[in-house]
Amino acid sequence: MKKVAIIGAGPAGIEAASVLARNGVQVTLFEKSETPLKNLQDKAFLFPNFQAAQEIIDDLSGKLLTDGITSAFGVDIVDVRWQGTEWKLFDSKEQTYVADAVLIATGYQVFDAHRKEELGYGIYKGVITSLDMERMIKHGKILNANGDEPRRVTFLQCVGSRDEKSGNHYCSKICCVTAVKQAIEVRRQLPKCEASVFYMDLRMWGQGFEEMYRTAQEKYGVNFVRGRISEAAGTFDSRVQLKSEDTLMGLPLKMTTDLLVLMVGMEASCGTKALGKACEIGGDYGFIRTVNPHLYDNETGKPGLFAAGTCKRPMSVSDSINDARSAALAVKEYIDSVQSGK
Amino acid sequence: MIEFGFALKQTRSEDLDKTSLERFHRLLELTPSFKRCFQCGNCSATCTARQFTDFSIRRVHTSFRRGEYDGLAEELRKCMLCGKCTLVCPRGVNLRSLIINMREILDEPQKTGKR
Repeated sequence: MKKVAIIGAGPAGIEAASVLARNGVQVTLFEKSETPLKNLQDKAFLFPNFQAAQEIIDDLSGKLLTDGITSAFGVDIVDVRWQGTEWKLFDSKEQTYVADAVLIATGYQVFDAHRKEELGYGIYKGVITSLDMERMIKHGKILNANGDEPRRVTFLQCVGSRDEKSGNHYCSKICCVTAVKQAIEVRRQLPKCEASVFYMDLRMWGQGFEEMYRTAQEKYGVNFVRGRISEAAGTFDSRVQLKSEDTLMGLPLKMTTDLLVLMVGMEASCGTKALGKACEIGGDYGFIRTVNPHLYDNETGKPGLFAAGTCKRPMSVSDSINDARSAALAVKEYIDSVQSGK
Repeated sequence: MIEFGFALKQTRSEDLDKTSLERFHRLLELTPSFKRCFQCGNCSATCTARQFTDFSIRRVHTSFRRGEYDGLAEELRKCMLCGKCTLVCPRGVNLRSLIINMREILDEPQKTGKR
């Protein structure tokens, strides 16, 4: 029986593993952490339908128990090499594993907001990231730097995305809609708190996203300002004063807020960058490069080596899961063709 | 005494059919990075001159882009070329070069005819 190794137990890795296992393939799922779905654990709700992330976690965790999946958690695969007839995987403890095909699903990490020093993350307590905000929403406690209920929460788009200064020219795709989602969540949990979003363009690309934006305006009174915040400074009472230009008014804008939420973009994870380099399939910004984004978007150009999910580019959870299913099909077709000697 | 009468009023709409963008295109050749501007306003938000005057570099370079050159030369004198805008621009536009080149183009003697 042919064996497939999947690297990374996020939504993409688990979904692909379960599809392959249900189709009679033996899968080993490697994950460098001790637990699966690390990034998803931080999420409260998913856009645009506010489905609890826990439901996705429960469903995927259930799929992990599919017959034919062997979980290898706490194993950090650092290199993958073709040995003429099979793939050999090397972990950080110099153990090796073999497989007939390998699917890379090593995912993303969020942009480190410390790198945008002018925005004050790590300097002023009132400056947080969208990830910090998501955790607060998840635990039902949105608090300012003094531990009180905030009166005003302000979101800033494109932190570490569409920014030449941080080396990321690309749009991270999910932050626009995430800010709208979080602003709605702030207004739901704290009806007395104002919520503002500073944007340059609002990219509501998915089904139901534009409707969510309308809901944020109509039902929740979220304030949208077109401008990019250039600087943030702390005030004596632990609030944050920000400076921007209101580009629609053509006027400079100053505003004091309790929380400034930096919508941090998605970058290739360390594991993605490392494997991309080791296998010579690293593309722009350290994401995995595929053969053709329209036609062969799970193939890497190396026989038996595939990629799925956010290791390729920023994606939503639902897009990652769909991509994993298409990757599973590509892997299955590959091992079937090898088996029949074609 | 109030004088009554008629006067011609300039239209306040942009007429892209009649506007000549020749000087703007020349500016792009001199500072090609300006092609990348996406109007975020970071330049004017951080501008030092903006703190003391009503100078808005974003409004100035957008007017230039649209071929609306009236009054820009005077506006651009407010800039001290400190370069903070260049430091913060997320699209890597070389704003100091842009400002110097706008000044030079606007200082050229104009041929007769509109603009």
